Amino acid sequence: MSADFVFEVDNLEKNFGGLAVTRNVTLAMRPGDRVALIGPNGAGKTTFVNLVTGHLKPDSGKVRLGGNDVTHFKPTQRVHHGLVRSFQVTRLFLDMTPEEHIALAILQRSGKSGRMAGNYISHPGMLFEVDELLSTLGLTAMRHMKVREIAYGQQRLLEIALAMALRPKVLLLDEPAAGVPQSDTGRIEEALSKLPGDLAVLMIEHDMDLVFRFAKRVIVLAAGEIIFDGSPTDVTRDPRVREAYLGSYGHDRNVA
Amino acid sequence: MTAVNEIPLATSAPTGHGHLKRDLIGLAIISLFAVLGYLVFPNNLALLTRIIAILLLVLSLDLVTGYCGVATLGHAALFGSGAYAAGIAAVHFGITEPITMVVIGAAAGAVAGLLSGAIILRGHGLSQLVLSIAIIHLFHEAANKASTYTGGSDGLSGIAPDAVFGLFQFDLWGRTAYIFGIVLLLVVFMLLRQLVQSPFGMLCRGIKEDPVRISAMGASVRGTLLKMYTISGAVAGVGGALTAISTQVVGLDSLSFTMSAEALVMLVLGGTGSLYGAFIGTFVFMFFEDFVSAANPFHWLTLVGALLIAVVLCAPRGIYGTVVERLPSLWRRRS
Amino acid sequence: MQTVFSIAIDALAYGMVLFVISIGLSVTMGLMRVVNLAHGAFAMIGGYIASYAVRDLGLAYGFAVLLAVFATIIIAIPVERLLYRRIYGAPELTQVLMTIGITFCVIGIANYVFGPTLKTIPLPEHLRGPIDLGFRSIAAHKLFAIGCGAAVALGLWYLIERTSFGVKLRASVDNASMAAALGVRTQVVYAASFAIAVGLAAFGGVVGAELLPIEPYYALRYMVTFLVVVSVGGAGSIPGALLACLLLGGIDTTGRYLMPEYGEFFFYLAVIVIVSFFPRGLLGKAN
Repeated sequence: MSADFVFEVDNLEKNFGGLAVTRNVTLAMRPGDRVALIGPNGAGKTTFVNLVTGHLKPDSGKVRLGGNDVTHFKPTQRVHHGLVRSFQVTRLFLDMTPEEHIALAILQRSGKSGRMAGNYISHPGMLFEVDELLSTLGLTAMRHMKVREIAYGQQRLLEIALAMALRPKVLLLDEPAAGVPQSDTGRIEEALSKLPGDLAVLMIEHDMDLVFRFAKRVIVLAAGEIIFDGSPTDVTRDPRVREAYLGSYGHDRNVA
Repeated sequence: MTAVNEIPLATSAPTGHGHLKRDLIGLAIISLFAVLGYLVFPNNLALLTRIIAILLLVLSLDLVTGYCGVATLGHAALFGSGAYAAGIAAVHFGITEPITMVVIGAAAGAVAGLLSGAIILRGHGLSQLVLSIAIIHLFHEAANKASTYTGGSDGLSGIAPDAVFGLFQFDLWGRTAYIFGIVLLLVVFMLLRQLVQSPFGMLCRGIKEDPVRISAMGASVRGTLLKMYTISGAVAGVGGALTAISTQVVGLDSLSFTMSAEALVMLVLGGTGSLYGAFIGTFVFMFFEDFVSAANPFHWLTLVGALLIAVVLCAPRGIYGTVVERLPSLWRRRS
Repeated sequence: MQTVFSIAIDALAYGMVLFVISIGLSVTMGLMRVVNLAHGAFAMIGGYIASYAVRDLGLAYGFAVLLAVFATIIIAIPVERLLYRRIYGAPELTQVLMTIGITFCVIGIANYVFGPTLKTIPLPEHLRGPIDLGFRSIAAHKLFAIGCGAAVALGLWYLIERTSFGVKLRASVDNASMAAALGVRTQVVYAASFAIAVGLAAFGGVVGAELLPIEPYYALRYMVTFLVVVSVGGAGSIPGALLACLLLGGIDTTGRYLMPEYGEFFFYLAVIVIVSFFPRGLLGKAN
């Protein structure tokens, strides 16, 4: 399709035993886009993420990365094509240090994680890149501590650093501020604002303040369908969005 | 207090140089113990050589269990394959050059590792354990049935290895075999230290902690584990070849569930995931076994059982892991 | 034809004995998620107690069976309290090591108390000889073992499907935290199921003693067999365990009759094939 879309989803459909959890979902993103995906509980956000990352097979529809059809690619192949995700609940290696995390991601990106000799420190340019990423996210002070010993807010930052170290073209952020104390969300937001300008970011988030500050475009998913795709200023005024969120409070009809 | 904490943090910053220094110290300590063993137990060199062979099996198990988190009760399949391959090569094909026999053992172990890895990695948790158990029994029965090659339950005898480099005959006192074993061990240990510190080793540790995260980084979990299983098989195969060369017989016990379970016990007793734990666990276990089971095998079994329960309850990280964990605080209290 | 019939009867008897011993393991593993390698040790303890009761105390066979079941449960209670409770929810490796440790200890102690020789449990008169079925005659003890297996299967089915304890048990197997939130005292359910499991193991150890002879290495020899049965059937599933026992009993017995030189080769080959394709067991829960 159009060459300037880096990420496209076409008519994605998924049923679980007759129950449609993803219905005719279509969206496209350009490099540098900042999109928030929101929706009430049970809207099918998790299913959508799994369809995009390749952990679930869609019944029909296509997923394209940089113009290549990746619908039948395995999750790891999609990562190689530039689609990287972060996790809602931190998934890190508790007995390894932040430095080792970043180094492993860089080695993986450059196809050297299978090397059986030498040490990551001896790889040229490695320490420089690790330093840069850790300092961007303010993690330099704890670079040699085990991850289990650092605060949860810092683990969330490391999660973002890890995604960035893979140099994605498209980044799926699954609730980057989930579980972080209010006092630390500012640092997460700061980290998000430093993401590369040409990176397309799709953020799934519940915190509406964060959504409004971060996103230039908001997509609302309800009952497996996209019911809104537009600017943050319009989203709260949209009647279907109000209905999906406020349900029977706003209207008599109940939208699941 | 904070000042005390910061100093070790700053000094523990890993550098390529520091690792090498630590490995050389490890190598020196092993060599020292090897010489001590030779001098203190000159009449027990056969036992010491057997310990080295089993240690290679336990090191190999540490690669998959300690570094990758795969629990297996069938690891002797890799060891026994190496032993039988080296033995069969010598008895039926006349390949009696000891280093070639070791290479054949390593290759057979690697193939057995690849094969059993491919099966075991299909399961998780209980099914993984059951698959590993089924594999060791399958190998055992297959070796028993193929008695034309393996000698069946009588064992494969008549292995007569040549002199090492044509110079050092395998003698009646087991001196050559012991030194041959020590050299093999040092080489394998050095290679494994490299391996576990390499990017590949780091990837494996990552898989042990969170395979989902590893695949989200774009790395193949299954492919990586299969590679490690193959390497592990080669190491166990070297151990098997060493028993074939040093004892000149290979028995079905080298392909048994009991040996697999014992290897796991030794590893956990010493401590998983460090290579050093394997050394301590194997030596403690084998020495006790030699003393106690000579008196009464059932007392030995009771003792191992009690020891296992004690390790699980009191020192889940094993002897080495517990010492490493406790040592810094003891150190601080004294100074 | 005669061979086929003999194989079928032997396979059925063997499968039923396996079922009586393994079913408790299956239920507790589905419930508490403990890889319990010491289950066979309890069957062995039951066998030893029954042997002692009949041969040394001169008790009747029926009383000896009852005594064996209850004494084994009483022995198991402190073991559960002191050791098993520590490993609920622990990694599999920890559970394997702890339960292998318990098995080794039981073997050592059994040998110390009863000696290394094989112990028989003399059968009562009417279970000894063959029974004439008209067209064939079968060893009575095999028929007895088959009957016991069928009775256990029926009894468990009644207990689990028709009683309030069964409801609580099923709820706890499905979702322990939800069951607890609904007021089921899961600790009590755990303890009761553990006792039932051990009791059944002891019962199976006694009635199966003709097929799986009682000696100190019993606990080690069959440790794997019972675990394999549970894994093939699917932990927590009674029909699964029954199916697995009949299937594996059939394969093992047929192999021994027709190709004895292969030993247990086909048994374990079948295990690998089944578990590779059904990692949760034939009738295991999908999750």
